[in-house]
This record gives sequence, structure tokens and C-alpha cells, in this order.
Amino acid sequence: MNAGKSPLFLKALALSVSGILGTVTAFIIVSGIEAVIGGQGFSFFSSVWNPNAGHFGILPMIHASVLLAVSSLCVGWLLSLGCCCVMNGLAPKYIADAMMMILTVMTAMPTVVYGFAAVFLLVPVIREAFGGSGFCWLSAGMILALQSVPTMTLVMDASVRSLSSQTRITAETLGMTPAQHLCRVVLPSSSKALLSSAILGLGRCAGDALLPVMLAGNAVRFASSPLDSMRTLTAHISLVLSSDIGGGEHLSLLLSGALLLAFCGTVSIISGSIIRRRKHEA
Amino acid sequence: MKAIKALLCVLFLFIASVSFADPLEPFKNLEGTIDIAGGTAHIPVMTQAAKDIMTFNPKIRITVAGGGSGVGVKQVGEGLAAIGNTGRPLKESEIEKYGLKSWPFAIDGVALAVHPDNPVKALTTEQVRDIYSGKVRNWKELGGIDGTIDLYGREDGSGTRETFTDKLFGKGELSPEVNTVNSNGAMKTAIAQDKRAIGYVGIGHLDSSISGVAIDGHVPSQANAASGEYPVVRNLYMNTKGEPTGLTAAFIGYIYSEPGAKIIEKSGYIPIPRAE
Repeated sequence: MNAGKSPLFLKALALSVSGILGTVTAFIIVSGIEAVIGGQGFSFFSSVWNPNAGHFGILPMIHASVLLAVSSLCVGWLLSLGCCCVMNGLAPKYIADAMMMILTVMTAMPTVVYGFAAVFLLVPVIREAFGGSGFCWLSAGMILALQSVPTMTLVMDASVRSLSSQTRITAETLGMTPAQHLCRVVLPSSSKALLSSAILGLGRCAGDALLPVMLAGNAVRFASSPLDSMRTLTAHISLVLSSDIGGGEHLSLLLSGALLLAFCGTVSIISGSIIRRRKHEA
Repeated sequence: MKAIKALLCVLFLFIASVSFADPLEPFKNLEGTIDIAGGTAHIPVMTQAAKDIMTFNPKIRITVAGGGSGVGVKQVGEGLAAIGNTGRPLKESEIEKYGLKSWPFAIDGVALAVHPDNPVKALTTEQVRDIYSGKVRNWKELGGIDGTIDLYGREDGSGTRETFTDKLFGKGELSPEVNTVNSNGAMKTAIAQDKRAIGYVGIGHLDSSISGVAIDGHVPSQANAASGEYPVVRNLYMNTKGEPTGLTAAFIGYIYSEPGAKIIEKSGYIPIPRAE
């Protein structure tokens, strides 16, 4: 069924959903801009967070969000790529099947379960092994990477699987091993899926609030070592939300939300255009 | 003889029903819903009182939510909740903006706490300030086992944090290395697992998993908080928009009643009688 012939109610539904989404986006962006214009101007981008003294700088949170999201995405994406390869020819079928089952179960697992388990299992290990309180960039990054693996792997797997089944016989006829087939033929031609899985993963890594709150320590400062405590924008929103309304704190939250949205939006627009250009070239 | 016994029985039952059911009596002919939100320290008291009332009269529904003191003020101020709980007195601006009325009903102390294996069990106010401002960074300097001090605190807007800073830490600058957790429960978990930890919780949350630290020789305990011997204490408040009526008024009355005081004590706080 093409778009021109779809029933009226579907069109109306699509229109209203995009309307609602558009309104929400507009609201967040407008309130973020309002926070800067109507509030303390660009003092929000200072590095001092001390509400009692009237300082509402969220630069340390921006720093932490970017660090945590990028680092956990790198680890998580590589792990996903590994899982995807294992499931598509690098391992016997029963291992691939078992892995698929585990990943499917993992997608259904609530984030709080990861966080809670990590507080009792991972944090003490890191504290004993490396010092510090154990609530740090490293702990949060590891668990964030882990929780983003299933989603990313399943996106990669969908594309890799179909491409690999289309080309397997040809590849085998040419005398390629499964590993060669995967690395030389399938992965290069599924670069689009690999990229979109990274975008999806970035959204999860940058947007998750619960794991940073539970594991990253939430100290307001510029983390320089993986063992330093850090507070991400999302953690900041959920921690300050439970306190006062109005004033600089409240505005800093609106700004944090707008920044997160702008960050994820920019990334997905850029990657979207990359994907489109690739398509043209192909 | 039998008749007299029966009469006595009836009389006893009558007296018993009058004297025991009295605090719940105002709820007899009421129905409807009230929502309560705000301070997390209040939740055990509120839910137990709500349970008692809803059991007595199933036509009444009472919901209890947390969110912290700030949320309590906002929800009651904007009419989203009938009662908004705070662990701090209302600010002048909040009273003016929303027309709120405060009902202090319990005293809660805030205790510094460390891991049970930590030999440091007493500190001076000065030492606490040095620790939380980042001047003292090793337990050895306080007579403990060599190791970095892991600092834990609560989020901005937490009543427990406010009591800690107002009554103990003072006006100084908190170290940027303070890890933030967002509930008494999370604080207990963090301290109980970390031998180098120091943090603070409501006195009612002290148990064998963590160990309280005496401040200037004053041991944190419920009894000491009530007698005024222990200095780091705060009041817990219910807040209503204007003078409460109907179900809300009856609920507040129940909190101030005899069984209400029992619930408050059981939750680890000290009841305050209703102000005249």
C-alpha cells in the first residue's frame, strides 16, 4: 500500500502523532531558549553549580554526558558488532541460537535491574580493585554499554542476516570462508545498519537517566579519570526534579532537556544525511 | 448474676468502642479521595495512617506519594495534592505565593553514619566540616584505618541534606567530590557496602547495617533527639492550602491523635503535639 492510497484515519493518526511530537519538541526547545534569555543568560554554561549561592552552571554535566555517552557507545557498539558476527557465521549454530535468546531476554530487562545488580556486584569490585568509591564513570559506562548491546545487536543482525543469506551461496562457490564472507562482503554492504545501530545506541547511552544516577556517583565536577564520580545531564534532571520549582534550578533543567534533545537530534540528522548520500552513491 | 455480667459486658464493650474508635470517629460519614505528596521521610507515617483510615471506612481513598519537600510544596500549592509534606519549614516566598498553612507533627534527627567496621565513632563539628569541605581526605587523620574518605551526600532540595547543612556543616563550601544519592535507602546501601564511606541519614534509618557517629560527644539516637541532647534535628511538616476542611482536616486530626503518635514513634520519629 503506498502513502497516497492509505485510508483517511491512518493519515489523521499519523498527522496527530507528528503534531504531538512536534509540540513536545517545540516546547522543550522554546523553554530551553527561554531559560537562557529570561534567566541568567549564559551563566548557565559556567562550571559552578551551587544553587544556594545562585550559581547554576551545567557545564560539568554537559561534559559528563558527552564523555559517558561516547565512551559507553564505543564499547557497546564494538561488543554488539562482535555479538553480531558471532551470530552470523563465526560460531556454531547452537551458540548463535543461545546468544540470540540471551539478547532477546536482555532487551526486555528493565534498566533498574542492571543498575541494582551493578550496585551490589560491580561497584564493590571496582572499589576494591582501583580505589575510590566505586561510583564512577567506569561503572556507569560499563553497564550503559552492556544495556545498549541487545538493541544495537538486533538492529545489526537483521540487516547482516538477510544480506548474508542472499550472498552465502555465491561466496561459498568462490571459496570464501564464513569469516571472509562476513568481513569482505556482508559487513561492508550493511554499513547503513551499522551506522543506524550506533545512532540508536547513542540515544540510549545519552538518554538513560537511571544508570548514571545509580552508578556514576553524581558529584558535580569535571571527571578526568574513569574512576572519578560524574553527574550527567539526565541524572541532573532527575536529581533536581525532586527539589524546588521555579528559579535558576528549574530553568537549568529545562536547558538540560533542550540540550539533550538538540544533541540527539543533531546526531540523527547528520547520520540520516550520511545514510542518504551513501544510498545515492550506491 | 448472669444479667449483671451481661450488663457489665455490654457496658465494657460500649466504653471500649467509644474510647478506642474515637480518633477514627470523624471519618465515619466521610467519603472521597485525598492525595498526599512530598517528603520521603513522611511516607511511612502517612501510609500507615492512610491504611488505618481506609480499613475503617472503605469509602475513603488516600494516596501517598514521595518526591521530596520541593515537590510537596508545589503539588499542594497548585492543588494537585491535598497535603504536601516537607522536611523543612516553608519559605516566606512559598507561603506568600500559595497561601500555605504548616502543621509540624514530628521531630526527625539526622545522623552521620559510617561503615560498622570503621573504628571512627565520634567526630567534632570542626572535623565534620573539614571532611565535607575536602580538607581532611584520609581516615588516618581522624584516627581511623589508612584510606581515602568516600563522601556521600544527598541531592539539592533534600530535607535531610538541608538539616545536615543547616545544623551541622554550616555555610562553607561542600567538596565537589561528594557523591550524591537520592534517598535514605540508597544512602544506607552505599555506606553499608563501602568501608571508607561517610554519609548522613535520618536517625530513624540507623540500624545495624551502618553505624552512627557521635557529634561533639552527642550520640545520635531517637531519645537524644527528643530530649534536645542531640543537636542535628529537624521538624517534619504537613502543609495545606489555607485552612483544611472535611477529609483533609480529619486526616490531620488523626495524625495528631493518640494512635497517630504511635505510628510516628513506630516510624522512628518523635511526635509533636498539635499547636494550640
